[in-house]
Amino acid sequence: MKITKEEVGYVAHLARLEFSDEEKEKFTSQLNDILLYMEKLNRVDTTGVEPLTHATFLSNAFRNDEVKPSLPHDLSMANAPEERAGSFRVPKVIE
Amino acid sequence: MEYEAVIGLEVHAQLLTDSKIFCGCSTRFGAAPNANACPICLGMPGVLPVLNRKVVEFMMKMALATNCSINGQNVFARKNYFYPDLPKGYQISQYAQPPAEHGHIDIEINGDKKRIGITRIHMEEDAGKLVHDEVNPSSYVDVNRCGVPLIEIVSEPDLRSAEEAATYLRRLHEILVYLEICDGNMQEGSFRCDANVSIRPKGTEPFGTRAELKNMNSFRNVQRALEYEIKRQQYILEGGGQVIQETRLWDDSQGVTLSMRGKEEAHDYRYFPDPDLVPIEISDGWIEDVRKTLPELPLEKRERFIRDHGIPTYDAGVLTSNRALADYYEEAVRLCGKPKIVSNWVMGDLLRFLNEEKRDIRECILKPSDLAEMINLIENRTISGKIAKEVFEDMYRTGKAPRRIIDEKGLVQITDEEALKKTIGEIITANPAQLEQYRAGKEKVFGFFVGQVMKVTKGKANPALVNELLKKMLAG
Ligand SMILES: [Zn+2]
Repeated sequence: MKITKEEVGYVAHLARLEFSDEEKEKFTSQLNDILLYMEKLNRVDTTGVEPLTHATFLSNAFRNDEVKPSLPHDLSMANAPEERAGSFRVPKVIE
Repeated sequence: MEYEAVIGLEVHAQLLTDSKIFCGCSTRFGAAPNANACPICLGMPGVLPVLNRKVVEFMMKMALATNCSINGQNVFARKNYFYPDLPKGYQISQYAQPPAEHGHIDIEINGDKKRIGITRIHMEEDAGKLVHDEVNPSSYVDVNRCGVPLIEIVSEPDLRSAEEAATYLRRLHEILVYLEICDGNMQEGSFRCDANVSIRPKGTEPFGTRAELKNMNSFRNVQRALEYEIKRQQYILEGGGQVIQETRLWDDSQGVTLSMRGKEEAHDYRYFPDPDLVPIEISDGWIEDVRKTLPELPLEKRERFIRDHGIPTYDAGVLTSNRALADYYEEAVRLCGKPKIVSNWVMGDLLRFLNEEKRDIRECILKPSDLAEMINLIENRTISGKIAKEVFEDMYRTGKAPRRIIDEKGLVQITDEEALKKTIGEIITANPAQLEQYRAGKEKVFGFFVGQVMKVTKGKANPALVNELLKKMLAG
């Protein structure tokens, strides 16, 4: 096994996901298959090959430092569950 | 046992760009909540961030000014965590292979130079602002600051005292402001500092367990927080206890650091290269182009002022603490050729007036050319040094040229010997008792007569001439 059920639970918590015990079992087995495949890739000899971070060979895609209009405020807030004085209202994050 | 502190600082500096790092929203401070927001900085799915070129150039300026080597290849990474001030659920930052590393700056501690290593500098986006409700269980999110460009500057753990740390921080701040890439405003959060601090028995190598200090929003608080924390750790070790690795917040009102108990989950940021942003390639040519735009840096300027203007180290330190002030000083010196006298006026009256009104030299309406002109008028004895004080204040308040003030107020120095003789004669006649005292050998009374002459002439009498004439006439 490449990954334990506890580790799946830990990763789920980091992603703020809640799974039943059955789901955890299922994902443990599925993630295990994926990791085993990665293991296979790891066996390829990559001596002298630079790590590749992107699938394209583009670099230096820049924009100039120019201010463009922002969204109208009501549009920015359109998905807010609650709004107060122009701000997003969320459950208090410090005690 | 004697202990020594081991301190490393992490500084976040907001860059003075007009637009954000990955979108065209304005970076202006003080806008209405969520006025500077768009799908990119709101973290909407499917958007494409594009890097602001100026952010790379500003990072390169700081890298060169702190003697870092610049890596020709670097990428952005996602730092994953959930907090409402970060709508995407990750911060775009840089992790492996920072764009700049292995730098240093020199600081001066009690006249000795010390080199402080810079581990790395990287670019990242700022998070939004949270306001916590005092009464209701709510927090309010303003994303205006989301995506404002930052550079993070990480020092080596080379600092050995709170004083060294504060000095290093001031030098770093000075460089950023000189480069005009950060406004340096600590209250508004444009320049923020976290500190890692541990202590160890003096003369030993291994580091002790460190605490991370946050929430220090002035140079003074950084120094106070470190002093407190060093004492706290020493007290624990001397009592046979152990320092625990934790984050502690500086509480300004109580003057203590407090543990952030409970919120200290082990961080697991799961950094990975951001697929939305293509790699950055920095050519040697680009580095050289940026190098050409670097101004003279504070330390070089300080040393040059001492060498070329022959002014004391202290004066040079004050005058170069601010680039605009240094320019002001040099312009006045260029015009009148009196470096020490200009320094006295700038460090004395000018800075005092500016500080009283909490104003910056750039807002000063008194032109350096007028200061130089006033100094020339003292030198050629048109006005006395005493009258110059009055002229200076008027120039500072009104921005008028010194000549005009002198003419309007009739302040030209009295150098007419006959007129002065007449005045002095009258004063001597009017004060026979003092005259007798003086002639009986009480030399201090001389000062009384000088004061009387200055009073009658409203300070306009040439002091050297008054002295000379008084001596003669009092002798009889
Ligand atoms: Zn935006």
